[in-house]
Amino acid sequence: MNTTEMLYAATHEWTHLADDGDAKIATIGLTAHAIEALTDLVYMDLPTAGTQVTAGNSFGEVESVKATSDMYSPVDGEIVDVNTSLPDNLDVLNTDPYGEGWIIKVKLSDEASLAKLMNLGEYEKLCTES
Amino acid sequence: MTTATPQIETQTDCVNDLFQRDDFIHRHIGPSPGDIQSMLSLLGLESLDELIRTTVPNDILVPDNDATCLPSPTPEHETLDKLRGYAQDNQVFKSFIGMGYYGTHVPTVIARNVLENPGWYTAYTPYQAEISQGRLESLLNFQQMVMDFTGMEVANASLLDEATAAAEAMALAKRVSKKQSNLFYVADNIHPQTVDVVATRAKYFGFEIVRGPATELPEQDFFGAIVQYPGSDGQIVDIEPIIQAAHQQKAIVCVACDLLSLALIKPPGELGADIAIGNSQRFGVPMGFGGPHAAFFATRDAYKRSLPGRVIGVSKDCRSNTALRMAMQTREQHIRRDKATSNICTAQALLANMAAFYAIYHGAEGIRAIAKRVHAMTVSVAKSLADHGVEIEHDHFFDTISIKSRDAEAIIGRANQHKINLARLDEDRIGISLDETTTMDDVALLIEIISGKPHQSVSLNDDSSIPGKLQRTTPFLEHPVFQRYRSETEILRYMKKLENRDYSLVHGMIPLGSCTMKLNATTEMIPVTWQEFGNIHPFAPADQWSGYKEMIVELEEWLTEVSGYDAISMQPNSGAQGEYAGLLAIRRFHESIGQDHRNICLIPSSAHGTNPASASMMGLTVVVVKTDDDGNIDMEDLRLKVEQHADNLSSLMITYPSTHGVFEETVREACTLIHEAGGKVYLDGANMNALVGVTSPGAIGSDVSHMNLHKTFCIPHGGGGPGMGPIGVKAELAPFLPDHCVNENIADEPANAVSAAPFGSSSILPISWAYIQMMGADGLKKATQVAILNANYVAKRLQGHFEVLYKGLNDRVAHECIIDIRPIKESSGITEEDIAKRLMDYGFHAPTMSWPVPGTIMIEPTESESREELDRFCDAMISIRDEIRAIESGQIESESSPLRHAPHTLADLLAENWNRDYTKAQAVTPFKGQSSNKFWPAVNRIDNVYGDRNFVCSCPPMSEYEDE
Repeated sequence: MNTTEMLYAATHEWTHLADDGDAKIATIGLTAHAIEALTDLVYMDLPTAGTQVTAGNSFGEVESVKATSDMYSPVDGEIVDVNTSLPDNLDVLNTDPYGEGWIIKVKLSDEASLAKLMNLGEYEKLCTES
Repeated sequence: MTTATPQIETQTDCVNDLFQRDDFIHRHIGPSPGDIQSMLSLLGLESLDELIRTTVPNDILVPDNDATCLPSPTPEHETLDKLRGYAQDNQVFKSFIGMGYYGTHVPTVIARNVLENPGWYTAYTPYQAEISQGRLESLLNFQQMVMDFTGMEVANASLLDEATAAAEAMALAKRVSKKQSNLFYVADNIHPQTVDVVATRAKYFGFEIVRGPATELPEQDFFGAIVQYPGSDGQIVDIEPIIQAAHQQKAIVCVACDLLSLALIKPPGELGADIAIGNSQRFGVPMGFGGPHAAFFATRDAYKRSLPGRVIGVSKDCRSNTALRMAMQTREQHIRRDKATSNICTAQALLANMAAFYAIYHGAEGIRAIAKRVHAMTVSVAKSLADHGVEIEHDHFFDTISIKSRDAEAIIGRANQHKINLARLDEDRIGISLDETTTMDDVALLIEIISGKPHQSVSLNDDSSIPGKLQRTTPFLEHPVFQRYRSETEILRYMKKLENRDYSLVHGMIPLGSCTMKLNATTEMIPVTWQEFGNIHPFAPADQWSGYKEMIVELEEWLTEVSGYDAISMQPNSGAQGEYAGLLAIRRFHESIGQDHRNICLIPSSAHGTNPASASMMGLTVVVVKTDDDGNIDMEDLRLKVEQHADNLSSLMITYPSTHGVFEETVREACTLIHEAGGKVYLDGANMNALVGVTSPGAIGSDVSHMNLHKTFCIPHGGGGPGMGPIGVKAELAPFLPDHCVNENIADEPANAVSAAPFGSSSILPISWAYIQMMGADGLKKATQVAILNANYVAKRLQGHFEVLYKGLNDRVAHECIIDIRPIKESSGITEEDIAKRLMDYGFHAPTMSWPVPGTIMIEPTESESREELDRFCDAMISIRDEIRAIESGQIESESSPLRHAPHTLADLLAENWNRDYTKAQAVTPFKGQSSNKFWPAVNRIDNVYGDRNFVCSCPPMSEYEDE
């Protein structure tokens, strides 16, 4: 997927929006910057489809030999799909973080939270500053 | 190289010196007076006093106290005599109290070779796994043992006590159930001390406790429940129905259980339990008036990533040999901080190892025989009493019965005359718990005492009082490790084999920053195994522990003076527990003046991870305060944060000297800022070894601190515990120290207990008492001075080779220093981990790695290391720096350097093709004189990623041990 068309959270999740009839579906993943910072990944804890998520709240966990981090939902809505093959194939996050490495898909219930997300330029600036 | 010069001439110019009253000071402190002088000269100083005046901010220095309550230095033998006096003031009654603490026979081979052996008790937490394979294997045996008895899928390598394990279970239940409910069900058959600790924890998590029978769950929505099995009153209740009822509403069930009983009764895992916890004390660890002993925590595989505390896991080294290490380290609070699962850090490794060896010593048959004997005796007591017309409350029990009698008072009186303790459950109920030390004579005597009628002969009763459905049918301890070391010769050699794989203070210095690995003197350790200290039940009547009381009161007075506070609580079992208890006191103080809303805890970014974890467990919101480029608290930012949160400010948590190893000059100002806003200051006492006798937390302006007795006050680290973290408080906070439910004064008030036992791990308090007694005020102060001298000496010697990251006044460090490895990584690719592992080849334990700053190492030499040892360490570091320079100058690639392949093992030497770019001698004996005294790492560098991706916490098959 094209990273310039994505939105980014300060907590290093990317969001790609697509229309699904009347609804909007957000595909969510972790940025390459975050995955590199975490180093060797060892585990990922994923939610189940049907779970409600709210922007800024944790939807799962990713663990490396260096750190355990929560993954925060950038949007409000209901999880409609989960990339359940990921925990057994964590290397995909390194090889294709913006494609095969997607984590969850959320059907948006509200679009207000999108306003708080950054575009690629803003996000890259954040990464170089921190 | 320095030569030891005889100092005796300069020491004895006074006749009084012939009595050598202060001899111990010179045994405890490493550098000789002559070395101290020359080390001072190297730093351009005349005296230790000058060192302190030019290193510690003068506004916090305290003058020597002429009216000190601290003792004068006392010789070792006299100290032991004095302690023996206290021991004799204790009365050792035979205990039938139970309630989680039982008499046990410590196998003497374990007592002498583990508990009393510095090879086991002076080791550190096994972070450097390659030189810790011995106790890692033993702790893995402990986990296997717990999994076998409880029937659970995974277990950790011990928690502090059963009550805190229950509190951890409640937290795990909330986390993994993912339920909205805040109701937690606590069955009414739970030990009262467990209820206390769980209630304290629940209050500040925002959970509500509901009490009721262990047989059924009320019609409410719970996230979890806990039941005792067998119950505190001895009754074995079928817990399957309540587990099923809880599971129907997706609640998590924790079963508090007893290892010995599980040899005969169906394990919680087979009944559907989600968590099993308990105390392993009765597996060969003395009661010790409350501790230390190892609690256990086992759960389902699905919840392994939420396990609190330390878990040992199986991985492999770079030769693909089986290698053990602590698994899932990232879940520990020091990385997760305020999102940590719990604040537990120190465990009870030494005691867990003792329990594991007890299981190996007895094996399944032995433990089954003990369990059957205890049960048969209990049945005999129950039947005989019933024959005498005594009302026995329950039909189903293992080792504990409760009787109803209007004569309770008289029965307790008769028992007292025979030096027997029974449990007074309430006005007309008495509990009687038997254990492996109970004899047939005891059985006869118990019957006589309780029935009030003479009773001659008793024969063992073969009947079982365990319901058929709840009898255990599955085997346990089947792994070969629990079968092959039955003769004393075999187990002796097994224990020695494991010990030999572990680096401890008997090998060399362990310069771990912030851990204070100082001398644990033999005299300090001797009283720990005296039976007058060991065989006292924590809930024994007060007149039986007057010796303990005298010693504890005296130790409290001393610690009060040393800390500059007004009151002490001995209850917390570890530093993290102390933090929790201290923040609890602050919260309760604010509640008492109607300021419950104060919920902001300011913590500098450099703090130890337990700080934010403890704060969030107290329901406080953590606000991080920045540190400046010099590593000090950013006072601008602190002022800003205090202003922003003034109305809701609860507390500031600081460490002093800072975790960066410097005496910050603004500490008083920081305390004042907090006080002006109505907040309190918690000063983490982890670095107190740099303060004692020179200044104190109280003098600095703090309100409450914990003191790690296992750092500053000589309790050994035990290879990962025990610890003790008593707290000191200013008078204003004194009413809010934790109390305990067995204290008769508190009646119906909540006790706000933080540990199962009233004085925490009491039986190791004589260690700290003896240290202070032998050192006296002068010795304590000198220890601090030399600790600071040693650190500055190391910093000076490493100058020009490595960069010291943070310095304070006059470019001095406090009692430790941080060496920055990041520039080296930049120039050579070599990391702090490479250096740590290479130090093993040189015969050293690595300093603290990547804490508190990633890419650094932190060195704390302590006062106990001699100049010779400091020089050896510095020489090793400098030699390693030369190896790095060879990479920087292109002589060797980092990937093919000895640093990257470190540590080197015998397997490397024996490998068929030696195709490295350096010699075998460079690999394994890079250092002068090493070939005659080589410490061999047991395995090559361990693959942490493999182990965490493929988590195994049970013993691997025997074949894997053979292949090494």
